[in-house]
Amino acid sequence: MQAECVECGAVIEVPEDVMQGEILPCADCGVELEVITLEPLALDLAPLEMEDWGE
Amino acid sequence: MRIGILCSRVRVEEKLLFAAFESLGAAPVRIDERALAAPVGRLVPEVDVLLERSVSTTAGLVAAQIYEAAGVRVINSAATASVCADKVRTSLALAAADVPQPETIVALGEEAALDAIEYLGYPAVLKPAVGSWGRLLARVNDRDAAEALLEHKSVLGGPGHQVFYVQEYIRKPSRDIRAFVIGDETICAIYRSAPHWVTNTARGGQASNCPVTPEIADLCRRAALAVSGGAGGVLAIDLLEDPARGLLVCEVNHTMEFRNSIDTTGVDIPGRIARYVLESVGVVA
Repeated sequence: MQAECVECGAVIEVPEDVMQGEILPCADCGVELEVITLEPLALDLAPLEMEDWGE
Repeated sequence: MRIGILCSRVRVEEKLLFAAFESLGAAPVRIDERALAAPVGRLVPEVDVLLERSVSTTAGLVAAQIYEAAGVRVINSAATASVCADKVRTSLALAAADVPQPETIVALGEEAALDAIEYLGYPAVLKPAVGSWGRLLARVNDRDAAEALLEHKSVLGGPGHQVFYVQEYIRKPSRDIRAFVIGDETICAIYRSAPHWVTNTARGGQASNCPVTPEIADLCRRAALAVSGGAGGVLAIDLLEDPARGLLVCEVNHTMEFRNSIDTTGVDIPGRIARYVLESVGVVA
């Protein structure tokens, strides 16, 4: 499967076992994309890291 | 038995966890905390057990409390998460259980924090009480740096940054140890090596296998029990090797990442987590 980077328009290769919520990096522009829906496949910019993110 | 995984951001770890549950015959549902709107006291939970994997410490803790109040078994528990999420509470819990840790002083004012740093000597380490991935850690090499850092935190930081968590600097080898605990068993550990004094893999530290010695196993067990009220959990414990005192517990993480540690250690960490979750609710996997 393929999708388009919403930031730079590059083609994103999407794995067959992709999950909703999965983060896909764009190799061209470096942004992180979040899989918003699977059907239809839709990507959006992933939220930026917050101060309380981590483990 | 209905199983949920709480996560907004599906990282490599979460994909591995979903796959691990499925390999054990379970079919967990994903609960995105961003979609949660829980009527207080009237939440009808869609799951019986919830593995909390939110990338946001705040959201994960709130969700854990909400689901526990609705009768759901949450792993890690909200009580454990609240201790691990806050370095002050972690240090207090470790101290109460006589678990060795770097000397730590908590100060609530700029001048008091400067006194604490001077007492510990230079270099000292200044950390935010809440934070991960090595964010905003500072090695304070002299008084000029201490004064500047404290002023910046006081003027620019929010209320959380007015809690000054000051630690002695441990002259460790160019590495620390991250040990993984499931229940109260240390299942594996890695060295995190880096030329920089911050060795988090999120900051570029390189992982290699660290044999779990009896000393590591015992110390991690004690630390895990200390932060969990004796319950244990799914925890990652960071250890520092002090040249004089041996191993010290630096921090305990309650939603750890492990992608770099599976091949490195040869241990199926997501599989062990999934099995622990299922066993905790009486499902023999």
